[in-house]
Amino acid sequence: MAVVVAAALLVAFIVVPLAGLFFHIEPGDLIAALQTGAARDALRLSIITTFCSLAITLLLGTPLAYILDRAEFPGRSFVDAVVDLPIVVPPAVAGLALLLAFGRNGTLGPLLGKVGIQLSFTTVAVIMAQTFVASPFYVRGARAGFAAVDRTLEAASATLGMGPLRTFAFITVPLAAPALIAGAVLSWARALGEFGATIMFAGNLQGVSQTLPLAVYLNLESGNLPVAVALSVILILFSLVVVLAVHVTSARRSL
Amino acid sequence: MLHFDLTLDLREFTFTARGDVPDGVTVVEGPSGAGKTTLLRLIAGLVRPKAGTVILNGRTLTDTAENVIVPPDRRNVAILFQEYALFPHLDVSANVAYGLRARNVPREERAARVTRELERFDMATLAHARVTELSGGQRQRVALARALIIEPAALLLDEPLAALDVATRSRVRGELAAQLHQVNVPTLFVSHDPSARNLFPGPAFHIERGTLTQLL
Repeated sequence: MAVVVAAALLVAFIVVPLAGLFFHIEPGDLIAALQTGAARDALRLSIITTFCSLAITLLLGTPLAYILDRAEFPGRSFVDAVVDLPIVVPPAVAGLALLLAFGRNGTLGPLLGKVGIQLSFTTVAVIMAQTFVASPFYVRGARAGFAAVDRTLEAASATLGMGPLRTFAFITVPLAAPALIAGAVLSWARALGEFGATIMFAGNLQGVSQTLPLAVYLNLESGNLPVAVALSVILILFSLVVVLAVHVTSARRSL
Repeated sequence: MLHFDLTLDLREFTFTARGDVPDGVTVVEGPSGAGKTTLLRLIAGLVRPKAGTVILNGRTLTDTAENVIVPPDRRNVAILFQEYALFPHLDVSANVAYGLRARNVPREERAARVTRELERFDMATLAHARVTELSGGQRQRVALARALIIEPAALLLDEPLAALDVATRSRVRGELAAQLHQVNVPTLFVSHDPSARNLFPGPAFHIERGTLTQLL
């Protein structure tokens, strides 16, 4: 009995506040709030930046995950641990670190300034912050996916005449696909919710760096509760879709 | 003719094998863990020897002294793996077509050759079946069709009967023998079961703790 109560308490603690958000706003007000310029800019910016950071993560994270699973090299476990760091480093610290590395007065700032590049407080900074905090979720998942692929199938592909790249494309990736997709979805969701690193490194400028979570914060601060709630509802709906998608793909994998 | 002369340090013993395999089936028998699979993997180029050579029909595939190691995808040496290693995400015809796809055979020719191959193995009705739905004997036929369609220069069979239940085994071994008697390239048939030699009365090797010896 006590076990059931404890379990129910935690579930209620998660569900009640989230579901409660939906009661703070009428459907009409929700639509009106979403039609304000700030809300639309934030939604558009979030979609663009999260897909850019996802693309970068897939492009660089897939080879990294493959190397971490397959290659033997000195310092591999060190690299492995480093890749996981952003999962546990507080986002505000990540933002500060990015600022001190790439900001105008940061380590690389003068160098970048000479070639006319300014990163901090731009949309590019948003994408960098998202990639920094979110990519480890993909690399983790992809690595586990590659590890689960039967090496004999790759050997069979090779003896049938497929070179390493085509074996990777035709055998390894399709067989690891559920894990790759689940990792990508999780990573995208983490990027969508990114707040701390973004506000430190990219600021909070409408249309430039004000993503959905930042817009929630700003609208709450400036007393515009309906817009804050409306944007929160959007974020919850996205999250719900993500969680369901991950559960469906991982359920199919265990069949 | 397949010639090999190979050494490799394994955890429990040093693997040494030297032999010549003429066209047709040569049985390699020996207990499990003796190095039978290692021999096939060395010949196919999946494992790099410590030292040695593999020469197939005059073509040097491995020569460690000359630092020649032709990668497995350019050897044209097919393996029938013990558990068949069918690609679970591809259907029967895509599995059989795989090696032709690797050789960039045009789609129409590929389809025609796959159809012919499946008919030869009496599998035409299963062309679009998922390989996970096949019986053990059917899987073995798909694996053999997939290996033979590329017209390999050598064929390596790793315990081709071990994955089958006893009832299926006696039927399939007859079918397999009939198929293999038509194959006219150097063929190594690896088995822990000495009675494999009754099926293929040609030349044979025995392997024990990594040491290969010629029988007959």
